[in-house]
Amino acid sequence: MRPNIVDQVDQTFWLIMGISIILLALITVVMIYFVYKYNRKRHPVAENIEGNTTLEIVWTIIPVILVLIMFFVSWAGFKNMRDVPKDAMVVSVTGQMWKWTFEYDNKKKSDTLFLPANTNVKFDIKSIDVNHSFYLPAFRTKEDAIPGRVNHYWIRTNEPEVYYAACAEYCGLNHSYMYAPVIVIPEKKFIEWKNYTPPDTTKSVTPVKTDSLKTDTLKTGAVNSLNKDTLKTGSVKTDTIKPNSVKQDTLKSK
Amino acid sequence: MANGTIAAVPQTAEVNFYNVRTKHKGILSWLLTIDHKRIGIMYLFAVVFFFLVAMTIGVFMRLEMLTPGETFMKPQTYNSLFTLHGVIMIFLFIIPAVPAVFGNFFLPIQLGAQDVQFPKLNLLSWYLYVIGAVLALTSLFSGGGIMDTGWTFYVPYSIRTTTNVSLSVFAAFVLGFATILTGLNFITTIHRLRCPGMTWFRMPLFAWALYATSWIQVLATPVIGITLILIILERAFGIGIFDPALGGDPLLYQHMFWIYSHPAVYIMILPAMGVVSEIIPTFSKKTIFGYVPIAISSLAIALVGYLVWGHHMFSSGISDTSRVIFSLLTFFVALPSGIKIFNWVATLYKGSIEVTAPMLYVLLFIFIFSIGGLTGLVLGALNTDLHLTDTYFVVAHFHYVMFGGMGIIFFAALHYWFPKMFGKMYNEKVAKTAAVWIGIGFNMLYFPMFIMGYLGMPRRYYDYLPEFQKYHVFATVGSWVLVSGIIIMYINLAIALKRGKKAPDNPWGGTTLEWKTSSPPIMENFKEIPTVTTGPYDHSITESQEVKK
Repeated sequence: MRPNIVDQVDQTFWLIMGISIILLALITVVMIYFVYKYNRKRHPVAENIEGNTTLEIVWTIIPVILVLIMFFVSWAGFKNMRDVPKDAMVVSVTGQMWKWTFEYDNKKKSDTLFLPANTNVKFDIKSIDVNHSFYLPAFRTKEDAIPGRVNHYWIRTNEPEVYYAACAEYCGLNHSYMYAPVIVIPEKKFIEWKNYTPPDTTKSVTPVKTDSLKTDTLKTGAVNSLNKDTLKTGSVKTDTIKPNSVKQDTLKSK
Repeated sequence: MANGTIAAVPQTAEVNFYNVRTKHKGILSWLLTIDHKRIGIMYLFAVVFFFLVAMTIGVFMRLEMLTPGETFMKPQTYNSLFTLHGVIMIFLFIIPAVPAVFGNFFLPIQLGAQDVQFPKLNLLSWYLYVIGAVLALTSLFSGGGIMDTGWTFYVPYSIRTTTNVSLSVFAAFVLGFATILTGLNFITTIHRLRCPGMTWFRMPLFAWALYATSWIQVLATPVIGITLILIILERAFGIGIFDPALGGDPLLYQHMFWIYSHPAVYIMILPAMGVVSEIIPTFSKKTIFGYVPIAISSLAIALVGYLVWGHHMFSSGISDTSRVIFSLLTFFVALPSGIKIFNWVATLYKGSIEVTAPMLYVLLFIFIFSIGGLTGLVLGALNTDLHLTDTYFVVAHFHYVMFGGMGIIFFAALHYWFPKMFGKMYNEKVAKTAAVWIGIGFNMLYFPMFIMGYLGMPRRYYDYLPEFQKYHVFATVGSWVLVSGIIIMYINLAIALKRGKKAPDNPWGGTTLEWKTSSPPIMENFKEIPTVTTGPYDHSITESQEVKK
């Protein structure tokens, strides 16, 4: 069984943070102690100390060891992130101003990302206009969508749950509205959904139960703020931008 | 300006540079001056002006972030504002602030020279800076509206948007020449104009820091010049260097941009580190701990700093191998900064420390900059970076490093050298109060951004999910505290400028050469060219002098 990417990222994060917090505390406490102890009132005459080679070596070697530990731990996590399992299901992700389109192996397209539970999924990430970044906060990873190339990463889904994908690379006017719901459903239901062709192929309307949504963004990856309508239409909060406030002319038509 | 506030003094060698009779009168005596001190003062006022402009923009951005959805501006306005905030802060404030202001004023004096090597070139640099600034301002009111690309001008967006990108990046191009020429001037000055006895390892560490900085300025800035011109050509003629449909590559732009802009991070921070190495020995009354390691680490940072640009692109799809190499090198570039911090703290050991306003800023800097540096580690680490990059975590990190590093030290330098530059003393109590406000406000404003970033809040977002609001509110309140501190600080200095007490030549007991001339310095800096016989921070001499008093 491969280590879980999310756990690895969190462990690396807290390992590095832990070391950092200790170092910061040391620096700050020693600094404040010196400023207090050797204050001019208590210590009117300074002692001239030009340096200490042993100390210089010590505080060079120890940080070298620490950063090497950090590097190797994060490298191990990174290798796991980049080494896509052979059985991974491929979803093609296309970014455009300002929405995501997901395409499955049977050419079914959707603007909501439906995924089967407990499955390895590989995303092939593309862009048809400017740079975007396909960010899944709950899965702790992102990769940019850049015109002219296909980037990729993979995740492993857990039990059925609702998450969101965000655009993390600035892409113009509605960058902050470029969300897509990510809905993990049981595998059987997923296959049903994938093979179902709605009468109007431009919309994929699949009602989802929202009562299972949790509030803690990171632990569960679920967001409570995406409302029911959002999940149905797959477009997040389009109503907050009034049509007349969207300046179409900001972008040259190609 | 302090010019003319002191009553006319008989024309002798003692007359300071403000009152000395020059070829031109009035405003022309400034605009046509080739005196490094006057040019430094002119940079100071320009740089402070642009800092206040960009700060005001930042306050508006924070205000917009107070509530999700529209608070009081439209997304297009917000996108333009964060672009402006970044462009002005970086190109018009952070890059020139310490080298062009304090470097110009103090480098020649610290070396015992009368001016920089090429005084006319120095004036030209200032004019290029002003022309660049005017072009940048013009771009706001002309063309297709205020640029909305972010300060990174990433293609293809910067090519597609109809806003006024071409003129803005041309402004940055012109500003680049000001940087290059200043760097060239400083390198030559350091090589050629050291006074008798001033060997390389007797130079003040501020001069060492400027030396390392200047090399980066000369070698790296041309790359951004070319890159920016390519954007203009791409927009005007569609030459296709960055367009995949024409055989180009958007990633090429990112490489070129960061090949300059990562070393530029060290253009921003190294001079500030140099200032820290000046202030700590002065207020500890002892020599710096580890002079050679600090001097060499500046060069090491400058050198390794060239090789880590790829860590800005970990999520852009560059090869896995290159990501691993860039990550390893990034961890190594953190080391010299750490060594500097350890040496600064060690300098305090067995010193005789006086916590004045500049020293308080420096202590604040060590705390804040350590947070900034240490949070950089999770961004240099490969797997955590893919989660944190392009989120508020990065925004917090670089504000801790840039504002907490360069910005806070700009304030420290201003207080440290104010008596020398203007011959006036400021109110110490008010200055310290402002520093405390700034420290509290700074952490309130930027620390919540680390948490938001870890929780997945992407940067450059006009709108956000409601669960982030509590952090945004806290940060916005922090911005008010921070700004009130900054305003108190500047008002205090402005009052000092008008009616501060006359400053003695050496108010702090400093040992470097600028403290051995009058406040403000005379036109030629020294009555006679000094001869140096000891290292820069030898307090045993000053102490014996003080005993005599």
